Amino acid sequence: MNAVRSDRLSLLPKSVNGYGVEVENMILENKTGDLSTEDLRREIDSLIASGSVRPVAALIGELWRRQPNLTSAAFLDSRINQLRGRLHCLPFRVAILRSFTLEPAIPLLRVAAFDYRLDVQVTLGAFNGYMHEILDGESSLYCSDPHAAILAVRTADIAPELWQDYSGTAPTAVQEIIRRVCRDLEQAILAFRQRSQAVLIVHTLEQPPRPAFGVLDSQLEISQSDAIQTVNRELRGIARQYRGVYILDYDALMARHGRLLWQDEGKLLTARLPIAAHQLIHLVNEWLRLLIPLSGMTRKALVVDLDNTLWGGVVGEDGIDGIKLGSEYPGAAYHALQRALLDLSRKGILLAICSKNNPEDAMEVLEKHPGMLLRPSDFAAMRINWNDKPQNLREIAAELNIGVDSIAFLDDNPSERERVRSVLPEVLAIDLPEDPIQYAAVIRDCPAFERLSLSEEDRKRTAFYAEQGERAQAVRDFKSKQDFDRYLQQEGEIAPLLPQTLSRISQLTQKTNQFNVTTRRYTEQQIAEMAATPGCQVLSIRVKDRFGDHGIIGAAITFDKADVCEIDTFLLSCRVIGRSIEIAFLSHLTKSAKARGCKWLSGWFLPTKKNAPASSFLQQNGFERKAQDNNGSLWVLDLQKRCVDCPEWIRIRVADGGKL
Amino acid sequence: MTVTIFDQVRQIASDVFVVPVESIEANSSPDTIEAWDSMTHLNLVLALEERFHLHLLPEEMESMRSVGRIAALFESKLSRDTWT
Repeated sequence: MNAVRSDRLSLLPKSVNGYGVEVENMILENKTGDLSTEDLRREIDSLIASGSVRPVAALIGELWRRQPNLTSAAFLDSRINQLRGRLHCLPFRVAILRSFTLEPAIPLLRVAAFDYRLDVQVTLGAFNGYMHEILDGESSLYCSDPHAAILAVRTADIAPELWQDYSGTAPTAVQEIIRRVCRDLEQAILAFRQRSQAVLIVHTLEQPPRPAFGVLDSQLEISQSDAIQTVNRELRGIARQYRGVYILDYDALMARHGRLLWQDEGKLLTARLPIAAHQLIHLVNEWLRLLIPLSGMTRKALVVDLDNTLWGGVVGEDGIDGIKLGSEYPGAAYHALQRALLDLSRKGILLAICSKNNPEDAMEVLEKHPGMLLRPSDFAAMRINWNDKPQNLREIAAELNIGVDSIAFLDDNPSERERVRSVLPEVLAIDLPEDPIQYAAVIRDCPAFERLSLSEEDRKRTAFYAEQGERAQAVRDFKSKQDFDRYLQQEGEIAPLLPQTLSRISQLTQKTNQFNVTTRRYTEQQIAEMAATPGCQVLSIRVKDRFGDHGIIGAAITFDKADVCEIDTFLLSCRVIGRSIEIAFLSHLTKSAKARGCKWLSGWFLPTKKNAPASSFLQQNGFERKAQDNNGSLWVLDLQKRCVDCPEWIRIRVADGGKL
Repeated sequence: MTVTIFDQVRQIASDVFVVPVESIEANSSPDTIEAWDSMTHLNLVLALEERFHLHLLPEEMESMRSVGRIAALFESKLSRDTWT
């Protein structure tokens, strides 16, 4: 029978006005898990009607996690539209240029993105109009002013000779066809780059599930599969030559899910939809794996539970020898998860522990268990105690000097996840399935941990935090802060923009929230273009001290306009806040502006929820307030009267370097 | 309380066309529902296939000209699947 029971309804209060409060209480008491999906839908609508925005967001997430499918997406997309502007989501405009039907994927994309606090607004290009839209500077593509554009083209459409006509294509002509297709793609990329600063994501071309020549294909000198792979290899090379162009390996995505299962021949022939309905969510997730890092909505740290998450069993009951962990099943499932976590750590994502345990029991496993791939030094912070987890998470965020909204939380216990979601909705609480064999895949598939570039700083991040611990110890041993600052022997190296620092500078503008006077986010492309304008200086600062090398931890962008040097961007990574590096860096700005003949150094402070640490920075260094509006305040320093002095205990070196 | 196939089709149509479920009747069709065009028709087909775990033939997709006919189509398909 296809019948649905919904007898839980009677448990709910009937009055619409009462709903909001009741549901809010249910969320706080972790009871939303008791609601059926029908109840959830009704609750969402009545909460929207009563204007209770915050619990709605939680319920939308709950319904989506339970039913991430087309039906829920249609329902939730219209509800999210009604809430637009009332929820804290980052607006992100995406233009999709395509040669096939993608309409059914759009509600999925919008709802899936909402779970990551991203309000994706989609402009879908005309069917098969991609090339025209890219070449026409006035097209809806450019008019929509997207943050990112996606170019999704089927092999059959851009290279029919390599698809349906392959059997009729002379082997001698294949090389020429490959060259033509690559030329077309490069022309599209180049035209886009010249007309827009947005990021461009290009799908690779997919191989056919059934080659035209059958098994003979593998015997040919240039097989159909080779020809398409060659285009894709060339395409990757082309993308690397342009800034802000990224490849989405559509062919690999399709292969991962099975080429034959990926497509729906019936929908292709009737509706030009080449992707089976149940696979669309995988395409959407793959898009998100690029859009999340591009929008800066990634998570910087992953806080993990121990018992039944990092290993099987409960160490307090089963003992160090009783827990399941190692290269043999069932311990192998946890091994696989630890390996996935280690991969995250090597990508620069901080790991931390939040576990209800006796610290001695847990530390014994962390230090001594032969099956542990992760050791205490792999964790930047630990809270092993019996306290409430949300409180521990707040402390971990404070210790790592990152926002609670930069944290993700991994725990096998659904009620802990619910508790964290209700008390700290900013934290991304990752759902784990019952079967530990699936744990590693959940981590590897999570878009919040994707990165699009990997800097030296990322690779060494955990070590930085370990050094930070030593510094904290040292600071306690000193009488005054100044003694400590001298002891640190800090050295800063200020450099103009170089090809090798571009991606790090862009990353800093995307990720730095606290010590950031304007919080302007820039892509690599935008920074490169700014740096090329006359009067613009793009600077980075790299800091070392006796405990180690912090790498590039600060950036500044200034524009000389007549005799005023205006600060567009001035930021410092939270790792080095409060060590006077910012003063040394500002000192350099004042002196170099003066040397270029500027009489004033000016800069806006644009307050955000998070940049309080930078709020009095300009004032404290002698700047005077010249203007104030709704967005912030304008501060000016008269360079004819004074410059900012560099603290004597910081040595600054200025590196030369050519422009980009 | 059981929910009939007709009720489920109505609910899905309500989600896809973003209209109140009460406004959808057996004779609701592309002529009476403004949002029902060729693209939302595809969305409806996909959502129904997903809901009932069934695959529709192109001819069946074409025949789905009203909510009542859609419900009848799924009733017959589902009973066939149950008894064969």
